[in-house]
Amino acid sequence: MEYQGIMVWVEHRDGTAKSVSWQLIGQARRLAEKLGTEVFALVQGDHVGHLAQEAIFRGADRVYVLDHPVLKDYRTRPYSTSALTAIREVRPEIVLIGATYQGRDLAGAIATHLPTGLTADTTMLDVEPDPSRLLLASRPAFSEKLMATILCKKYKPQMATARAGIFEALPRDESRTGQIIPIPFEMDEAAIATKVLAFLKGEDRVNLEDAQVIVAGGRGLGGPQGFALLKQLADLLGGVVGASRPCCDLGWIKNTHQVGQTGQTVRPKLYIAVGISGAVQHTVGMGGADIIVAINRDPNAPIFHVANYGIVGDWQKVVPELIEAVSAGRPLMGVAGGEAR
Amino acid sequence: MHIVVCIKQVPDSREIRIDGRTGTLIREGVPSIMNPYDLHGLEAALQLREQHGGRVTVVTMGPPMAEKALKQAISLGADEAVLVTDRKFSGADTLATAYVLSEVIKKVAATWGPVDLVIAGKQTLDGDTGQVGPGIACRLDLEQLTYVEKIVAIEGGRIRVERHLEDGIEVVETALPVLLTALKEMNTVRRATFPNMLAAARYKPIVWTTADFPDIDPQQIGLKGSPTIVSKSWVPEVKKVNTTYVDGAGALWQALWTTDLPDRLGWAAREGAK
Ligand SMILES: Cc1cc2nc3c(=O)[nH]c(=O)nc-3n(C[C@H](O)[C@H](O)[C@H](O)COP(=O)(O)OP(=O)(O)OC[C@H]3O[C@@H](n4cnc5c(N)ncnc54)[C@H](O)[C@@H]3O)c2cc1C
Ligand SMILES: Nc1ncnc2c1ncn2[C@@H]1O[C@H](COP(=O)(O)O)[C@@H](O)[C@H]1O
Repeated sequence: MEYQGIMVWVEHRDGTAKSVSWQLIGQARRLAEKLGTEVFALVQGDHVGHLAQEAIFRGADRVYVLDHPVLKDYRTRPYSTSALTAIREVRPEIVLIGATYQGRDLAGAIATHLPTGLTADTTMLDVEPDPSRLLLASRPAFSEKLMATILCKKYKPQMATARAGIFEALPRDESRTGQIIPIPFEMDEAAIATKVLAFLKGEDRVNLEDAQVIVAGGRGLGGPQGFALLKQLADLLGGVVGASRPCCDLGWIKNTHQVGQTGQTVRPKLYIAVGISGAVQHTVGMGGADIIVAINRDPNAPIFHVANYGIVGDWQKVVPELIEAVSAGRPLMGVAGGEAR
Repeated sequence: MHIVVCIKQVPDSREIRIDGRTGTLIREGVPSIMNPYDLHGLEAALQLREQHGGRVTVVTMGPPMAEKALKQAISLGADEAVLVTDRKFSGADTLATAYVLSEVIKKVAATWGPVDLVIAGKQTLDGDTGQVGPGIACRLDLEQLTYVEKIVAIEGGRIRVERHLEDGIEVVETALPVLLTALKEMNTVRRATFPNMLAAARYKPIVWTTADFPDIDPQQIGLKGSPTIVSKSWVPEVKKVNTTYVDGAGALWQALWTTDLPDRLGWAAREGAK
C-alpha cells in the first residue's frame, strides 16, 4: 500500500489540547490541498474521545484514537509504541509533531524505530506536488542566521517537528464532519518501568504562546522594577509580560517569559517592545505579531525596523503615560496621531 | 555507577557571521567549544560519581580535532575519554549518529563494565535537534528521560528526576539503566583543578575507528545511513515595515484605536458596555 495522507499528533494535558496541535492541523490542511490528500489526527490518552471530535472541528478528515489507561500521562515507551502501531497501520506520507518538550521526545523515539528522517524545530513547511510529493521542511540554523530546507527522499513517512506559534490554526468549525477510528492497543502497566509521580503546574509560567497581547521588556528597563509597571500595562490590555533574553539571564524575570530564538515564538495581535534593541534572535520570536509597537530612546535601534508604531523616548516617561491613557479608555479622536516616515 | 556522557564539539554559533555579499557562513576564526548542554551533562555525571562512586566515561564522534573537547572533559574530572573518528562516519544526520553512538556505548560497556546511566545534552548548537539522545535510548532499549533539570534521587536501582516542560515540572521515576538529556538548570559547571589540567594535557584519548566495530552495519553509518539531506540554505530577510512614529503615549493610544485592534481584542465592546 502507498503511503498517503498527513498525520498530526494531538498533544494535550489532561484532555486539553495544546494549541500547536491545531496550528499543525491547519498547516497540514494547506499541504494536503496541494497533494490532493487527507489530514489525519492521532489522539492518544485515557478517555480522550472528546479530543477526537475536536480534531475534526479543527480540520482533520480522519482521527485515529489510541485510548488506554497506560496512556493517561505522556511517557515515551507507551506513547511511542502505540503511535508506531498507528503509523504502521495508517501509513501516512508525512507525520507532523509540535516541537514541544514532549513532542520532541516522542518524535525522536518514533523516527528511530521506523526508521526514518526527522527534521527538528521547523518554521516553514511546504510540499512539492506529484510526482515527488516531498516535504520541504525548513528551519533556522546557526542561531537564526541561516534558514535551511531539509528533505527526506528515500524514507517514509517524512517526519518533522514544528515550532508552536508559527502556523495558523483554522477557525473552529462545528459543522465539519470526519471519521473517528479507534485503534486497538494493549499494554500492561506492569511492563512499563517509568512512572509519572507528579506534575507541578508552574504557576509562574506564562502562556506567551496563546497571548493576544504581549508587553515585553528588555535590558533598557535597567532592573526588575520596570517589569512591575509592564505587568500593570499588560493587565490593563488583557495581555501578559514577555522579556528579552538578557533580562531572564540577569534574573530580572523568570526565563519562562523569554521571547525569541531560545525562548518562545509568539504571535499576538499586539506586541509592545519596551527597551528592547531588536536583535535578530529576539525578532524571530515576535516578528509574526500583527501589530508591533516599539518604545526605545535610541532612534536607530533595529527594533524600529520591524515596528508598525514607534515612540522614541524614555520608557520611564512613556509607560506610565500609556498606563494612564489606557486606563482612561477610548481616546478622544481627531488629534493627529503621528506621521509616517 | 558507570556513567557515559556523550559530548560534541561544536562551532560557537554565537560567533558565526554571514558574508552579506555571498550569503554564506563565515566559519573561519569561529572557536570550537564543547556543546554547552553537554558540559552540564558532564557536571551532573561528576557529581553523581562523587555521591555514589563509580566512573565517568566520555565519548564523542567527530573529527580528530574533537580531541580538544575530550581533554577538556578530562580536565574537569572524567575518567576516560573516547574519540570515535573515521571518514566513513562523517556526514551523519541524527539517525546515523545515534546508531554509531549506541554501538560505541555497547563497546564502552564491554570494555569498562555495564553502563547504568547515559547522559546527553538537551541539544547541540550546530545540529540543534535534541534527537540524538532519544535515538540512542531507542537503539539501546533504555528508558529515556529528556529535559531533566534536576536529579532528585538515585537509590535501589531507580532514578527520580524533574523534567522541565512548558507548563510545569514533571516528577518521573524509572529503573536504571536510563538515558537522560541535560538542561543548564541542572547545575553550575565546575572549574578544572590544576592537577586535572596537567593530567588532561598529558592525556591521549582512546581512538576507535570503523575497524573497532566489526559488526557495524555500513549501510547505517555516515552519509549513506542518513535519511535527511540539506537541500538549500539562505539568509532570512527581515520583513520591511513602514514605521509610524508617534509623539508620546497619548498619540500611540489614539493610533491604536484607528486599527482593527479594538474590535479584534474586544476593547471596543468593553467600552460600549460602560
Ligand atoms: C544563540 C543565541 C540565542 C539568543 N536567543 C535570544 C532569545 O531567545 N531572545 C532574546 O531576546 N535574545 C536572544 N539572544 C540575545 C540577543 O542576541 C540580544 O543580545 C538580546 O535580544 C538583546 O536584548 P535587549 O534588547 O533587551 O538588550 P540590549 O540590546 O542591551 O538593548 C537595550 C535597549 O534598550 C534601550 N534603552 C535603554 N534605556 C532605555 C530607556 N530608558 N528607555 C527606552 N529605551 C531604553 C536601548 O536603546 C537599547 O536599544 C540570543 C543570542 C544568542 C547568541
Ligand atoms: N557526534 C556526537 N558525538 C557525541 N555526542 C553527540 C554527538 N552528536 C550529538 N551528541 C549528543 O546528543 C545531544 C543532542 O544533540 P543534537 O541531536 O545534535 O541536538 C548532544 O547534546 C550530545 O550529548
